[in-house]
Amino acid sequence: MPAQPHTLSAHDPLVTLEDVSFARGARVIFDGVNIEIPRGRITAILGPSGGGKTTLLRLIGGQLAPASGKVNVFGHDVQALNTAELFAMRRRIGMLFQSGALLTDLDVFENVAFPLREHTNLPESMIRTIVLMKLEVVGLRNARNLYPRELSGGMARRVALARAIALDPLMVLYDEPFAGQDPISMGILVRLIKKLNEALNLTSVIVSHDVTETASIADQMYLIAEGKVVESGPPAAMKSSSTPAVAQFMRGLPDGPMPFHFPGVDYLTDLVDGVSS
Amino acid sequence: MIEFFAWVGRRSLAFFERLGRGTLFLVQVCARLGFLLTRPSLTLAQVWAVGVQSLVIIGVSGAFVGMVLGLQGYNTLVTFGTEESLGVVVAKSLCRELGPVLTALLFAGRAGSALTAEIGLMKATEQIPALEMMGVDPLRRLIVPRYVAGLISMPLLAMIFTAIGVLGGYFCGVGLLGVDEGAFWSQMQLHMALGTDIGNGVVVKSIVFGAVVTWIALFEGFDAIPTSEGVSQATTRTVVNSSLAVLSLDFVLTGLMFD
Repeated sequence: MPAQPHTLSAHDPLVTLEDVSFARGARVIFDGVNIEIPRGRITAILGPSGGGKTTLLRLIGGQLAPASGKVNVFGHDVQALNTAELFAMRRRIGMLFQSGALLTDLDVFENVAFPLREHTNLPESMIRTIVLMKLEVVGLRNARNLYPRELSGGMARRVALARAIALDPLMVLYDEPFAGQDPISMGILVRLIKKLNEALNLTSVIVSHDVTETASIADQMYLIAEGKVVESGPPAAMKSSSTPAVAQFMRGLPDGPMPFHFPGVDYLTDLVDGVSS
Repeated sequence: MIEFFAWVGRRSLAFFERLGRGTLFLVQVCARLGFLLTRPSLTLAQVWAVGVQSLVIIGVSGAFVGMVLGLQGYNTLVTFGTEESLGVVVAKSLCRELGPVLTALLFAGRAGSALTAEIGLMKATEQIPALEMMGVDPLRRLIVPRYVAGLISMPLLAMIFTAIGVLGGYFCGVGLLGVDEGAFWSQMQLHMALGTDIGNGVVVKSIVFGAVVTWIALFEGFDAIPTSEGVSQATTRTVVNSSLAVLSLDFVLTGLMFD
Protein backbone atom coordinates (compact mmCIF):
# COMPACT_ATOMS: atom_id res chain seq x y z
CA MET A 1 0.00 0.00 0.00
CA PRO A 2 1.50 3.36 -0.99
CA ALA A 3 0.60 5.04 2.29
CA GLN A 4 2.71 2.59 4.32
CA PRO A 5 5.61 4.30 6.06
CA HIS A 6 7.97 1.60 4.78
CA THR A 7 10.38 4.09 3.25
CA LEU A 8 10.96 5.78 6.60
CA SER A 9 13.58 4.72 9.07
CA ALA A 10 12.73 4.82 12.77
CA HIS A 11 14.56 8.11 13.17
CA ASP A 12 13.01 9.97 10.24
CA PRO A 13 10.31 12.48 11.10
CA LEU A 14 6.81 11.17 10.40
CA VAL A 15 5.71 14.44 8.81
CA THR A 16 7.77 17.16 7.19
CA LEU A 17 6.65 20.46 5.74
CA GLU A 18 9.30 21.85 3.44
CA ASP A 19 9.12 25.52 2.54
CA VAL A 20 5.32 25.41 2.47
CA SER A 21 3.38 28.47 1.35
CA PHE A 22 -0.38 28.82 1.33
CA ALA A 23 -2.72 31.73 0.68
CA ARG A 24 -6.45 32.30 0.83
CA GLY A 25 -7.14 34.85 -1.87
CA ALA A 26 -4.80 37.77 -1.21
CA ARG A 27 -4.24 36.76 2.42
CA VAL A 28 -1.00 34.86 2.94
CA ILE A 29 -1.44 32.19 5.62
CA PHE A 30 1.95 30.49 5.35
CA ASP A 31 5.07 31.84 3.75
CA GLY A 32 7.87 29.30 3.53
CA VAL A 33 7.09 27.24 6.63
CA ASN A 34 9.39 24.33 7.61
CA ILE A 35 8.17 21.91 10.26
CA GLU A 36 9.23 18.41 11.27
CA ILE A 37 7.02 16.13 13.34
CA PRO A 38 9.21 13.48 15.01
CA ARG A 39 7.85 9.99 15.50
CA GLY A 40 6.49 8.99 18.90
CA ARG A 41 6.53 12.53 20.29
CA ILE A 42 3.98 15.23 21.04
CA THR A 43 4.58 18.25 18.85
CA ALA A 44 2.67 21.44 19.55
CA ILE A 45 2.02 24.14 17.00
CA LEU A 46 1.21 27.38 18.77
CA GLY A 47 0.04 30.64 17.32
CA PRO A 48 -2.55 33.34 17.65
CA SER A 49 -6.16 32.65 16.61
CA GLY A 50 -6.71 32.98 12.90
CA GLY A 51 -3.03 32.30 12.25
CA GLY A 52 -3.69 29.27 10.10
CA LYS A 53 -3.09 26.49 12.61
CA THR A 54 -6.14 24.50 11.48
CA THR A 55 -5.02 25.09 7.89
CA LEU A 56 -1.76 23.40 8.80
CA LEU A 57 -3.59 20.25 9.91
CA ARG A 58 -5.60 20.28 6.70
CA LEU A 59 -2.41 20.51 4.68
CA ILE A 60 -1.06 17.47 6.54
CA GLY A 61 -4.32 15.59 5.96
CA GLY A 62 -4.31 16.50 2.26
CA GLN A 63 -7.61 18.40 2.48
CA LEU A 64 -5.81 21.49 1.21
CA ALA A 65 -2.93 21.77 -1.21
CA PRO A 66 0.02 24.12 -0.62
CA ALA A 67 0.66 26.87 -3.19
CA SER A 68 4.32 25.88 -3.12
CA GLY A 69 6.55 23.60 -1.09
CA LYS A 70 6.10 19.99 -0.10
CA VAL A 71 4.10 18.20 2.59
CA ASN A 72 5.48 14.73 3.31
CA VAL A 73 3.45 12.36 5.45
CA PHE A 74 4.72 8.86 6.28
CA GLY A 75 7.41 9.37 3.65
CA HIS A 76 5.06 10.26 0.82
CA ASP A 77 4.43 13.57 -0.88
CA VAL A 78 0.74 14.18 -0.10
CA GLN A 79 0.25 16.07 -3.36
CA ALA A 80 1.44 13.11 -5.41
CA LEU A 81 -1.13 10.69 -3.93
CA ASN A 82 -4.27 9.82 -5.86
CA THR A 83 -7.66 9.83 -4.11
CA ALA A 84 -7.52 6.17 -3.07
CA GLU A 85 -3.98 6.52 -1.73
CA LEU A 86 -4.91 9.71 0.09
CA PHE A 87 -7.87 8.03 1.77
CA ALA A 88 -5.65 5.07 2.69
CA MET A 89 -3.16 7.48 4.24
CA ARG A 90 -5.92 9.23 6.22
CA ARG A 91 -6.99 5.93 7.73
CA ARG A 92 -3.65 5.90 9.53
CA ILE A 93 -4.26 9.37 10.92
CA GLY A 94 -6.79 10.17 13.64
CA MET A 95 -8.03 13.71 13.87
CA LEU A 96 -9.77 15.42 16.74
CA PHE A 97 -11.75 18.38 15.45
CA GLN A 98 -12.30 21.45 17.57
CA SER A 99 -16.06 20.87 17.72
CA GLY A 100 -15.70 17.11 18.06
CA ALA A 101 -17.48 16.76 14.70
CA LEU A 102 -19.47 13.74 15.87
CA LEU A 103 -22.13 12.48 13.50
CA THR A 104 -25.28 13.87 15.09
CA ASP A 105 -27.63 11.15 13.87
CA LEU A 106 -25.60 8.38 15.53
CA ASP A 107 -25.20 7.65 19.25
CA VAL A 108 -21.84 7.54 21.02
CA PHE A 109 -21.33 3.82 20.39
CA GLU A 110 -22.11 4.11 16.67
CA ASN A 111 -19.90 7.17 16.30
CA VAL A 112 -16.90 5.26 17.62
CA ALA A 113 -17.90 2.18 15.61
CA PHE A 114 -18.26 4.27 12.43
CA PRO A 115 -14.66 4.02 11.13
CA LEU A 116 -14.62 0.30 11.96
CA ARG A 117 -17.84 -0.32 10.06
CA GLU A 118 -16.65 1.75 7.10
CA HIS A 119 -13.18 0.30 6.76
CA THR A 120 -13.25 -3.22 8.17
CA ASN A 121 -15.36 -6.36 7.89
CA LEU A 122 -15.05 -7.22 11.56
CA PRO A 123 -17.88 -9.23 13.12
CA GLU A 124 -20.31 -7.33 15.33
CA SER A 125 -19.00 -8.89 18.53
CA MET A 126 -15.47 -7.71 17.81
CA ILE A 127 -16.65 -4.22 16.88
CA ARG A 128 -18.48 -4.09 20.20
CA THR A 129 -15.36 -5.12 22.10
CA ILE A 130 -13.13 -2.59 20.33
CA VAL A 131 -15.63 0.26 20.78
CA LEU A 132 -16.05 -0.51 24.49
CA MET A 133 -12.27 -0.61 24.91
CA LYS A 134 -11.84 2.77 23.23
CA LEU A 135 -14.69 4.28 25.24
CA GLU A 136 -13.22 2.86 28.45
CA VAL A 137 -9.95 4.69 27.72
CA VAL A 138 -11.78 8.03 27.54
CA GLY A 139 -14.02 7.14 30.51
CA LEU A 140 -17.31 7.16 28.60
CA ARG A 141 -18.13 3.46 28.28
CA ASN A 142 -21.39 3.97 30.15
CA ALA A 143 -22.37 6.94 28.01
CA ARG A 144 -22.47 4.78 24.90
CA ASN A 145 -26.20 5.12 24.36
CA LEU A 146 -26.25 8.92 24.51
CA TYR A 147 -26.54 11.08 21.41
CA PRO A 148 -24.08 13.93 20.69
CA ARG A 149 -26.73 16.52 21.64
CA GLU A 150 -26.84 15.01 25.16
CA LEU A 151 -23.09 15.37 25.72
CA SER A 152 -21.19 18.28 27.23
CA GLY A 153 -18.45 19.88 25.10
CA GLY A 154 -15.73 18.01 26.97
CA MET A 155 -17.52 14.67 26.68
CA ALA A 156 -18.08 15.20 22.95
CA ARG A 157 -14.37 15.79 22.51
CA ARG A 158 -13.54 12.62 24.44
CA VAL A 159 -15.93 10.60 22.26
CA ALA A 160 -14.33 12.14 19.20
CA LEU A 161 -10.95 11.12 20.61
CA ALA A 162 -12.17 7.54 21.04
CA ARG A 163 -13.33 7.63 17.42
CA ALA A 164 -10.00 9.09 16.28
CA ILE A 165 -8.12 6.13 17.80
CA ALA A 166 -10.67 3.49 16.75
CA LEU A 167 -8.54 2.30 13.84
CA ASP A 168 -5.30 2.40 15.88
CA PRO A 169 -3.71 5.21 13.88
CA LEU A 170 -0.02 6.02 13.67
CA MET A 171 -0.61 9.69 14.35
CA VAL A 172 -3.34 11.82 15.93
CA LEU A 173 -3.91 15.47 15.00
CA TYR A 174 -5.57 17.63 17.66
CA ASP A 175 -7.25 20.84 16.54
CA GLU A 176 -7.51 23.20 19.54
CA PRO A 177 -8.30 20.35 21.96
CA PHE A 178 -8.47 22.64 25.02
CA ALA A 179 -10.46 25.55 23.57
CA GLY A 180 -13.61 26.36 25.55
CA GLN A 181 -13.12 23.62 28.15
CA ASP A 182 -13.71 23.95 31.90
CA PRO A 183 -10.62 23.27 34.08
CA ILE A 184 -11.68 19.68 34.86
CA SER A 185 -12.31 18.74 31.23
CA MET A 186 -9.10 20.47 30.27
CA GLY A 187 -7.14 18.46 32.86
CA ILE A 188 -8.76 15.23 31.64
CA LEU A 189 -7.90 15.98 28.01
CA VAL A 190 -4.31 16.93 28.82
CA ARG A 191 -3.79 13.65 30.68
CA LEU A 192 -5.57 11.63 27.99
CA ILE A 193 -3.45 13.01 25.17
CA LYS A 194 -0.26 12.28 27.09
CA LYS A 195 -1.41 8.83 28.19
CA LEU A 196 -2.58 7.81 24.73
CA ASN A 197 0.61 8.98 23.11
CA GLU A 198 2.65 6.79 25.43
CA ALA A 199 0.35 3.77 25.66
CA LEU A 200 -0.39 3.47 21.94
CA ASN A 201 3.05 4.65 20.80
CA LEU A 202 1.39 7.41 18.80
CA THR A 203 2.74 10.54 17.27
CA SER A 204 0.67 13.56 18.27
CA VAL A 205 0.35 17.00 16.75
CA ILE A 206 -1.51 19.59 18.83
CA VAL A 207 -2.42 22.96 17.39
CA SER A 208 -3.44 25.24 20.19
CA HIS A 209 -3.22 28.67 21.72
CA ASP A 210 -3.44 27.36 25.28
CA VAL A 211 0.20 27.75 26.19
CA THR A 212 0.27 26.31 29.72
CA GLU A 213 -1.64 23.12 28.99
CA THR A 214 0.17 22.46 25.74
CA ALA A 215 3.60 23.17 27.20
CA SER A 216 2.91 20.72 30.05
CA ILE A 217 2.76 17.72 27.69
CA ALA A 218 4.58 18.72 24.48
CA ASP A 219 8.05 17.46 23.66
CA GLN A 220 8.58 20.09 21.03
CA MET A 221 6.84 23.35 20.16
CA TYR A 222 6.60 25.57 17.11
CA LEU A 223 5.34 29.13 17.29
CA ILE A 224 3.76 30.34 14.08
CA ALA A 225 2.89 33.98 13.54
CA GLU A 226 2.25 36.01 10.41
CA GLY A 227 2.78 33.01 8.19
CA LYS A 228 6.21 32.05 9.47
CA VAL A 229 7.72 29.82 12.11
CA VAL A 230 8.97 32.35 14.66
CA GLU A 231 10.78 29.84 16.85
CA SER A 232 10.83 26.17 17.73
CA GLY A 233 12.21 24.05 20.50
CA PRO A 234 11.32 22.22 23.69
CA PRO A 235 8.81 23.98 26.00
CA ALA A 236 11.44 25.03 28.57
CA ALA A 237 13.54 26.75 25.92
CA MET A 238 10.48 28.45 24.44
CA LYS A 239 9.42 29.76 27.84
CA SER A 240 12.79 31.34 28.48
CA SER A 241 13.16 32.66 24.93
CA SER A 242 14.16 36.29 24.57
CA THR A 243 12.61 36.67 21.09
CA PRO A 244 9.94 39.37 21.62
CA ALA A 245 7.15 37.56 19.72
CA VAL A 246 7.80 34.28 21.58
CA ALA A 247 7.96 36.04 24.95
CA GLN A 248 4.71 37.89 24.17
CA PHE A 249 2.88 34.72 23.24
CA MET A 250 4.24 32.45 25.95
CA ARG A 251 3.48 35.01 28.67
CA GLY A 252 0.16 36.13 27.19
CA LEU A 253 1.03 39.85 26.93
CA PRO A 254 -1.71 41.84 25.15
CA ASP A 255 0.56 43.93 22.94
CA GLY A 256 3.95 43.47 21.37
CA PRO A 257 5.24 42.29 18.00
CA MET A 258 1.77 40.74 17.51
CA PRO A 259 -0.29 43.94 17.72
CA PHE A 260 -3.43 44.27 19.82
CA HIS A 261 -5.00 46.51 17.17
CA PHE A 262 -6.08 45.18 13.82
CA PRO A 263 -3.77 46.86 11.30
CA GLY A 264 -5.22 49.79 9.37
CA VAL A 265 -5.72 53.52 9.61
CA ASP A 266 -4.12 55.31 12.56
CA TYR A 267 -6.55 56.08 15.44
CA LEU A 268 -6.02 59.87 15.47
CA THR A 269 -6.32 60.13 11.69
CA ASP A 270 -9.51 58.07 11.81
CA LEU A 271 -11.09 60.33 14.45
CA VAL A 272 -10.06 63.55 12.70
CA ASP A 273 -11.36 62.27 9.37
CA GLY A 274 -14.72 61.57 10.96
CA VAL A 275 -14.97 65.11 12.33
CA SER A 276 -13.83 66.85 9.11
CA SER A 277 -16.21 64.90 6.87
CA MET B 1 -24.84 51.79 -19.35
CA ILE B 2 -21.43 50.13 -19.45
CA GLU B 3 -21.88 49.32 -15.77
CA PHE B 4 -25.17 47.61 -16.54
CA PHE B 5 -23.54 45.38 -19.16
CA ALA B 6 -20.68 44.66 -16.77
CA TRP B 7 -23.21 43.69 -14.12
CA VAL B 8 -25.06 41.40 -16.56
CA GLY B 9 -21.72 39.89 -17.58
CA ARG B 10 -20.65 39.27 -14.00
CA ARG B 11 -23.98 37.70 -13.09
CA SER B 12 -23.94 35.49 -16.18
CA LEU B 13 -20.38 34.35 -15.49
CA ALA B 14 -21.26 33.59 -11.88
CA PHE B 15 -24.33 31.64 -13.02
CA PHE B 16 -22.43 29.53 -15.52
CA GLU B 17 -19.55 28.97 -13.12
CA ARG B 18 -22.02 27.66 -10.54
CA LEU B 19 -23.84 25.56 -13.13
CA GLY B 20 -20.49 24.08 -14.14
CA ARG B 21 -19.61 23.18 -10.57
CA GLY B 22 -23.09 21.75 -10.05
CA THR B 23 -22.74 19.60 -13.18
CA LEU B 24 -19.33 18.37 -12.06
CA PHE B 25 -20.87 17.50 -8.70
CA LEU B 26 -23.63 15.51 -10.45
CA VAL B 27 -21.08 13.66 -12.59
CA GLN B 28 -19.08 12.75 -9.48
CA VAL B 29 -22.26 11.51 -7.78
CA CYS B 30 -23.29 9.42 -10.80
CA ALA B 31 -19.78 7.91 -11.03
CA ARG B 32 -20.25 6.58 -7.50
CA LEU B 33 -23.73 5.05 -7.94
CA GLY B 34 -22.31 1.53 -7.99
CA PHE B 35 -21.42 1.89 -4.31
CA LEU B 36 -25.08 1.48 -3.41
CA LEU B 37 -25.09 -2.13 -4.56
CA THR B 38 -22.87 -2.91 -1.59
CA ARG B 39 -24.81 -0.78 0.93
CA PRO B 40 -28.54 -0.76 -0.02
CA SER B 41 -29.53 -0.10 3.60
CA LEU B 42 -28.15 3.45 3.33
CA THR B 43 -30.62 4.26 0.54
CA LEU B 44 -33.51 2.62 2.35
CA ALA B 45 -32.94 4.84 5.37
CA GLN B 46 -32.99 7.89 3.11
CA VAL B 47 -36.14 6.77 1.28
CA TRP B 48 -37.75 6.81 4.71
CA ALA B 49 -36.47 10.32 5.48
CA VAL B 50 -37.07 11.83 2.05
CA GLY B 51 -40.11 9.88 0.86
CA VAL B 52 -42.11 8.35 3.69
CA GLN B 53 -41.85 11.43 5.87
CA SER B 54 -43.21 13.57 3.02
CA LEU B 55 -46.33 11.39 2.74
CA VAL B 56 -48.60 13.46 4.97
CA ILE B 57 -48.08 16.77 3.17
CA ILE B 58 -48.35 15.03 -0.22
CA GLY B 59 -51.51 13.16 0.74
CA VAL B 60 -53.32 16.14 2.27
CA SER B 61 -52.32 18.46 -0.58
CA GLY B 62 -53.38 15.87 -3.16
CA ALA B 63 -56.80 15.52 -1.56
CA PHE B 64 -57.44 19.27 -1.49
CA VAL B 65 -56.15 19.87 -5.01
CA GLY B 66 -58.41 17.07 -6.28
CA MET B 67 -61.39 18.50 -4.42
CA VAL B 68 -60.80 21.98 -5.81
CA LEU B 69 -60.51 20.51 -9.31
CA GLY B 70 -63.80 18.69 -8.74
CA LEU B 71 -65.52 21.91 -7.68
CA GLN B 72 -64.11 24.16 -10.37
CA GLY B 73 -64.43 21.53 -13.08
CA TYR B 74 -68.04 20.88 -12.19
CA ASN B 75 -68.91 24.60 -12.22
CA THR B 76 -67.45 25.01 -15.70
CA LEU B 77 -68.71 21.74 -17.20
CA VAL B 78 -72.25 22.05 -15.88
CA THR B 79 -72.68 25.23 -17.94
CA PHE B 80 -72.30 23.12 -21.06
CA GLY B 81 -74.15 20.14 -19.63
CA THR B 82 -71.06 17.95 -19.80
CA GLU B 83 -70.49 17.33 -16.10
CA GLU B 84 -70.17 13.56 -16.83
CA SER B 85 -66.69 14.41 -18.15
CA LEU B 86 -65.60 15.63 -14.73
CA GLY B 87 -63.60 12.43 -14.15
CA VAL B 88 -61.59 13.03 -17.33
CA VAL B 89 -60.90 16.68 -16.45
CA VAL B 90 -59.74 15.79 -12.95
CA ALA B 91 -57.63 12.80 -13.98
CA LYS B 92 -56.04 14.44 -17.05
CA SER B 93 -55.06 17.64 -15.29
CA LEU B 94 -53.70 15.71 -12.32
CA CYS B 95 -51.77 13.14 -14.33
CA ARG B 96 -50.35 15.46 -16.94
CA GLU B 97 -49.57 18.56 -14.89
CA LEU B 98 -50.73 19.06 -11.36
CA GLY B 99 -49.65 15.70 -9.95
CA PRO B 100 -45.97 15.80 -10.92
CA VAL B 101 -45.56 19.59 -10.75
CA LEU B 102 -47.21 20.19 -7.39
CA THR B 103 -45.55 17.10 -5.91
CA ALA B 104 -42.19 18.39 -7.08
CA LEU B 105 -42.85 21.85 -5.60
CA LEU B 106 -43.95 20.33 -2.30
CA PHE B 107 -41.02 17.90 -2.44
CA ALA B 108 -38.61 20.82 -2.91
CA GLY B 109 -40.14 22.60 0.08
CA ARG B 110 -40.34 19.59 2.37
CA ALA B 111 -37.55 17.19 1.42
CA GLY B 112 -35.25 19.44 -0.67
CA SER B 113 -34.88 22.09 2.00
CA ALA B 114 -34.32 19.42 4.64
CA LEU B 115 -31.57 17.80 2.54
CA THR B 116 -29.81 21.13 1.99
CA ALA B 117 -30.01 22.08 5.65
CA GLU B 118 -28.81 18.65 6.76
CA ILE B 119 -25.80 18.52 4.45
CA GLY B 120 -25.02 22.22 4.98
CA LEU B 121 -25.08 21.82 8.76
CA MET B 122 -22.93 18.71 8.53
CA LYS B 123 -20.42 20.86 6.70
CA ALA B 124 -20.74 23.72 9.19
CA THR B 125 -20.23 21.40 12.17
CA GLU B 126 -17.13 19.82 10.55
CA GLN B 127 -18.84 16.44 10.11
CA ILE B 128 -18.00 16.35 6.40
CA PRO B 129 -14.31 17.27 6.88
CA ALA B 130 -14.27 14.65 9.67
CA LEU B 131 -15.54 11.99 7.26
CA GLU B 132 -12.83 12.96 4.77
CA MET B 133 -10.18 12.73 7.46
CA MET B 134 -11.48 9.27 8.43
CA GLY B 135 -10.85 8.21 4.85
CA VAL B 136 -14.58 8.07 4.08
CA ASP B 137 -15.70 9.69 0.83
CA PRO B 138 -18.62 11.98 1.79
CA LEU B 139 -19.98 11.94 -1.76
CA ARG B 140 -20.31 8.18 -1.61
CA ARG B 141 -21.42 7.86 1.98
CA LEU B 142 -23.78 10.86 2.25
CA ILE B 143 -24.74 12.20 -1.16
CA VAL B 144 -25.24 9.11 -3.33
CA PRO B 145 -27.80 7.39 -1.02
CA ARG B 146 -29.76 10.65 -0.70
CA TYR B 147 -29.71 11.25 -4.44
CA VAL B 148 -31.01 7.80 -5.26
CA ALA B 149 -33.61 8.08 -2.48
CA GLY B 150 -34.87 11.28 -4.14
CA LEU B 151 -35.01 9.54 -7.52
CA ILE B 152 -37.05 6.67 -6.06
CA SER B 153 -39.32 8.73 -3.82
CA MET B 154 -40.40 11.48 -6.17
CA PRO B 155 -42.29 9.30 -8.74
CA LEU B 156 -43.90 7.30 -5.94
CA LEU B 157 -45.03 10.48 -4.19
CA ALA B 158 -46.36 11.89 -7.49
CA MET B 159 -48.38 8.71 -8.05
CA ILE B 160 -49.80 8.86 -4.54
CA PHE B 161 -50.59 12.58 -4.94
CA THR B 162 -52.37 11.91 -8.23
CA ALA B 163 -54.33 8.92 -6.93
CA ILE B 164 -55.50 10.78 -3.83
CA GLY B 165 -56.30 13.82 -6.00
CA VAL B 166 -58.56 11.71 -8.22
CA LEU B 167 -60.32 10.41 -5.12
CA GLY B 168 -60.69 14.02 -3.90
CA GLY B 169 -62.26 14.99 -7.23
CA TYR B 170 -64.56 11.97 -6.98
CA PHE B 171 -65.58 12.91 -3.45
CA CYS B 172 -66.49 16.46 -4.52
CA GLY B 173 -68.00 15.69 -7.90
CA VAL B 174 -69.89 12.50 -7.15
CA GLY B 175 -70.27 12.73 -3.39
CA LEU B 176 -71.18 16.38 -2.98
CA LEU B 177 -72.32 17.67 -6.36
CA GLY B 178 -74.20 14.65 -7.66
CA VAL B 179 -72.28 13.74 -10.84
CA ASP B 180 -73.18 10.25 -12.01
CA GLU B 181 -70.71 7.77 -10.53
CA GLY B 182 -70.70 5.42 -13.51
CA ALA B 183 -70.09 8.30 -15.95
CA PHE B 184 -67.30 9.70 -13.76
CA TRP B 185 -65.27 6.49 -13.85
CA SER B 186 -66.18 5.22 -17.34
CA GLN B 187 -65.40 8.53 -19.05
CA MET B 188 -62.08 8.59 -17.22
CA GLN B 189 -61.34 5.02 -18.30
CA LEU B 190 -62.24 5.83 -21.90
CA HIS B 191 -60.14 8.96 -22.30
CA MET B 192 -57.09 8.28 -20.22
CA ALA B 193 -54.12 6.64 -21.99
CA LEU B 194 -51.69 4.64 -19.92
CA GLY B 195 -48.60 5.64 -21.92
CA THR B 196 -49.33 9.28 -22.68
CA ASP B 197 -51.14 10.46 -19.60
CA ILE B 198 -49.78 8.28 -16.83
CA GLY B 199 -46.45 7.16 -18.32
CA ASN B 200 -45.33 10.49 -19.72
CA GLY B 201 -47.18 12.66 -17.24
CA VAL B 202 -46.80 11.11 -13.86
CA VAL B 203 -43.82 8.79 -14.32
CA VAL B 204 -41.39 10.51 -16.73
CA LYS B 205 -42.02 14.05 -15.51
CA SER B 206 -41.70 13.13 -11.87
CA ILE B 207 -38.48 11.18 -12.43
CA VAL B 208 -37.01 14.24 -14.19
CA PHE B 209 -38.25 16.58 -11.46
CA GLY B 210 -36.97 14.25 -8.74
CA ALA B 211 -33.54 14.12 -10.35
CA VAL B 212 -33.36 17.91 -10.70
CA VAL B 213 -34.78 18.87 -7.29
CA THR B 214 -32.61 16.38 -5.39
CA TRP B 215 -29.54 17.43 -7.38
CA ILE B 216 -30.12 21.12 -6.60
CA ALA B 217 -30.83 20.40 -2.92
CA LEU B 218 -27.73 18.26 -2.41
CA PHE B 219 -25.44 20.55 -4.38
CA GLU B 220 -26.61 23.62 -2.48
CA GLY B 221 -26.02 21.84 0.83
CA PHE B 222 -22.60 20.53 -0.16
CA ASP B 223 -21.60 23.90 -1.61
CA ALA B 224 -23.03 25.99 1.26
CA ILE B 225 -20.83 28.47 3.10
CA PRO B 226 -20.33 26.63 6.41
CA THR B 227 -21.99 29.21 8.67
CA SER B 228 -25.59 29.52 9.90
CA GLU B 229 -26.17 32.36 7.45
CA GLY B 230 -24.63 30.36 4.61
CA VAL B 231 -26.82 27.34 5.32
CA SER B 232 -29.94 29.49 5.55
CA GLN B 233 -29.14 31.12 2.18
CA ALA B 234 -28.45 27.72 0.63
CA THR B 235 -31.81 26.40 1.88
CA THR B 236 -33.62 29.38 0.39
CA ARG B 237 -31.76 28.93 -2.90
CA THR B 238 -32.78 25.26 -2.99
CA VAL B 239 -36.48 26.07 -2.75
CA VAL B 240 -36.31 29.01 -5.19
CA ASN B 241 -34.08 27.35 -7.78
CA SER B 242 -35.83 23.98 -7.70
CA SER B 243 -39.24 25.61 -8.03
CA LEU B 244 -38.06 27.64 -11.02
CA ALA B 245 -36.37 24.59 -12.53
CA VAL B 246 -39.50 22.45 -12.09
CA LEU B 247 -41.82 25.03 -13.63
CA SER B 248 -39.59 25.77 -16.61
CA LEU B 249 -38.77 22.11 -17.22
CA ASP B 250 -42.47 21.32 -17.05
CA PHE B 251 -43.07 23.70 -19.93
CA VAL B 252 -40.33 22.05 -21.99
CA LEU B 253 -41.51 18.52 -21.17
CA THR B 254 -45.15 19.36 -21.88
CA GLY B 255 -44.08 20.83 -25.23
CA LEU B 256 -42.17 17.69 -26.10
CA MET B 257 -44.76 15.19 -24.85
CA PHE B 258 -48.15 16.59 -25.67
CA ASP B 259 -47.78 18.81 -28.75
